[in-house]
Amino acid sequence: MTMEAAPEPGANRPALALHVPEPRFRPGDPVDFGFLSIPPAGAQPRPDETCAAAETFPLCTDLVRVLGDDDQAHGPWNPRLSPDRMRTMLRLMALVRVFDGRMYRLQRQGKTSFYLKCSGEEATSVAATMALDAGDMIFPSYRQQGCLIARGYPLLEMVNQIFSNRADKLKGRQLPILYSAREVNFFTISGNLATQLPQATGFAMASAIKGDSRIASAWVGEGSTAEGDFHNALTFAAVYNAPAVFAVVNNQWAISSFSGFAGAERTTFAARAIGYGIAGLRVDGNDALAVYAAHAWAADRARLNGGPTLIEYFTYRVEGHSTSDDPTVYRATDEGSGWPLGDPIGRLAAHLTAIGEWSTEAHDAMLVELDGEVRTAIRAAEANGILGHGLHQPDVTMFEDVYETMPWHLREQMVQALHERAVKYPPETQP
Amino acid sequence: MSAGDPAGRPMTMIEAINDALDIMLARDPDVVVLGEDIGFFGGVFRATAGLQAKHGRTRVFDTPISECGIIGVAVGMGAYGLRPVPEIQFADYIYPGLDQLISEAARLRYRSAAEFIAPMTVRTPFGGGIFGGQTHSQSPEALFTHVAGLKTVVPSTPHDAKGLLIAAIEDNDPVLFFEPKRLYNGPFDGYYDRPAKVWKGHADAVVPDGHYTIPLGKARTVREGEALTILAYGTMVHVAAGVVEATGVDAEIIDLRTLVPLDIEAIEQSVRKTGRCLIVHEATRTSGFGAELSALVTERCFYHLEAPVERVTGFDTPYPHSLEWAYFPGPVRVGEAIERLLAAD
Repeated sequence: MTMEAAPEPGANRPALALHVPEPRFRPGDPVDFGFLSIPPAGAQPRPDETCAAAETFPLCTDLVRVLGDDDQAHGPWNPRLSPDRMRTMLRLMALVRVFDGRMYRLQRQGKTSFYLKCSGEEATSVAATMALDAGDMIFPSYRQQGCLIARGYPLLEMVNQIFSNRADKLKGRQLPILYSAREVNFFTISGNLATQLPQATGFAMASAIKGDSRIASAWVGEGSTAEGDFHNALTFAAVYNAPAVFAVVNNQWAISSFSGFAGAERTTFAARAIGYGIAGLRVDGNDALAVYAAHAWAADRARLNGGPTLIEYFTYRVEGHSTSDDPTVYRATDEGSGWPLGDPIGRLAAHLTAIGEWSTEAHDAMLVELDGEVRTAIRAAEANGILGHGLHQPDVTMFEDVYETMPWHLREQMVQALHERAVKYPPETQP
Repeated sequence: MSAGDPAGRPMTMIEAINDALDIMLARDPDVVVLGEDIGFFGGVFRATAGLQAKHGRTRVFDTPISECGIIGVAVGMGAYGLRPVPEIQFADYIYPGLDQLISEAARLRYRSAAEFIAPMTVRTPFGGGIFGGQTHSQSPEALFTHVAGLKTVVPSTPHDAKGLLIAAIEDNDPVLFFEPKRLYNGPFDGYYDRPAKVWKGHADAVVPDGHYTIPLGKARTVREGEALTILAYGTMVHVAAGVVEATGVDAEIIDLRTLVPLDIEAIEQSVRKTGRCLIVHEATRTSGFGAELSALVTERCFYHLEAPVERVTGFDTPYPHSLEWAYFPGPVRVGEAIERLLAAD
């Protein structure tokens, strides 16, 4: 190679440049969400549940909203719930937030290893679950404690699981908050991301094979839509017209990665539906009435053999990812307070107040009551033990449920574990 | 073991597998069979031929080309209460499905404290000997025997294929069912340059009619002997038997049939009797299932051993297309290992 060599063909082409997405705001930046296009509440058309999927495609880049700035419910998506039903919805969302607050503090006090709040996203699980039938199977990701609470699952069982104590129904095998609750049709949470989506499709296919009327409803974060299983699930759901609802909770952040790393700079997450030819809706996720209406629409569509729906709930993760995360190092602190779609609990409470069905006094009294309910559950769970204080399941349970019946090699290892326990805690030292 | 009609009739392994699926589809309305090209067409190896026409399109159906999707929906079907039997067209294609197999199917029972289970049987053709090149010849069984919660089964005859497949489908745990594709249409002793044999006329090709099971975790003694023990499964059972027949060595050949759970009693009993142990598999050597077998035999039978445990395996290379028979652990490799074992004292 000499310096005089002729230039390579194409040497005058521009240098290629890699685009690495960067969020608009980092710590210290002033926050201005003026770039977001937020249409007025009530302006979005509501097609019939049995419509052709293509009729929903304009809604994939719109934003279905019901609750307006005037705190009134507007337009064709207004689910027209009774005040009692809305108060139930409000109470359940508030219970989730109170529960999250208490659990977060317990983790900070060292009573468990991990916790994860859903602050600001309560509507996406609570209102959506209220729109389902009790027999519909929920395939959650890890931030759907609202689904369990909306299904009336006992708080005590949730805290037992979080403490991994001797009463934990999952026998201390799962990280805190990775619940499983078959009795309320809540599928076991994986911890691996998006794996629940094709499983939901499979459940829905099975229900259709059997001529049943149950549907599957799955949740996933916007970040995890980048997983192959998102594509697997929607491909199978589209191919077999599976009766399933897929909710993408777009809370803008996947730990420290903003939604741009899942493709949000190009299009909406709801617009993924267009490529699969299935129904899609993009919904104000902080508007509990819009969430309820959208999920009910999709569930009805599925039940009428109209097939799957992909819903994007546009919301904001107000807190860090989990107790192991500090969001102040990667995002502007004012993002949560500046979020233009407000707070789901505050908005529903304001609506109920505006129609004369709620008051500040009632709200405050409710919060006191809910806090008492949560504290009662915590006290009862603490009696069953907290993480690391010895009141866990017996060691032998570690070897159970690997298989239906224990094979010889696990039996041998169980004997070893029992021996080690006897060495570490000699029987004569035990009370 | 429940017995079918002992009269039976001769079948190829493909026919035996088809028969097992047919019987289970008829007996259990929760059984569904799904996979790429398995419906109307009947599968690239014809294992599901005729089943869709007989049992209907919602019981036996084609899927998108998405192994992770196939396993993923099968997990969800199991959660509903079905008993899915997905086919992965070649074991070499199974890797996209590993997350759903390892993180999901294998752990569902454990992580939910038995609230949810994954009673699926993943059928997949494996092994070489048909000039399939590196993407149609692999033997990845050790990836799955390493995973807590999975069972791994490998039949070596039509008779066993049917009984083991029915047992696997009826099992409430996820089962990997590896079908040695070189044995689909006839036994194979490793002499690739001789005319191919057919199952007809082979004693183990007589397949009882109707429903019968061979319990998972029970090995089969193919041949009793005193000189050494040969542990094998799948195609290599026939290769080992061919060498033993040709040389007249008094070997005891044990067909493991199930790798997890393993019939450790049969292994210990035989090795303690013979004092010498040869392990044969087609898969690559390093961290192969033979390493596990060698360790178990050494740990549990050390004072009965009169020679070091030997492994005969495929080489640690991808499966080469044109050099298939240089790669394959055939009669020369097996025969020389037997000689070394018998010479040691």
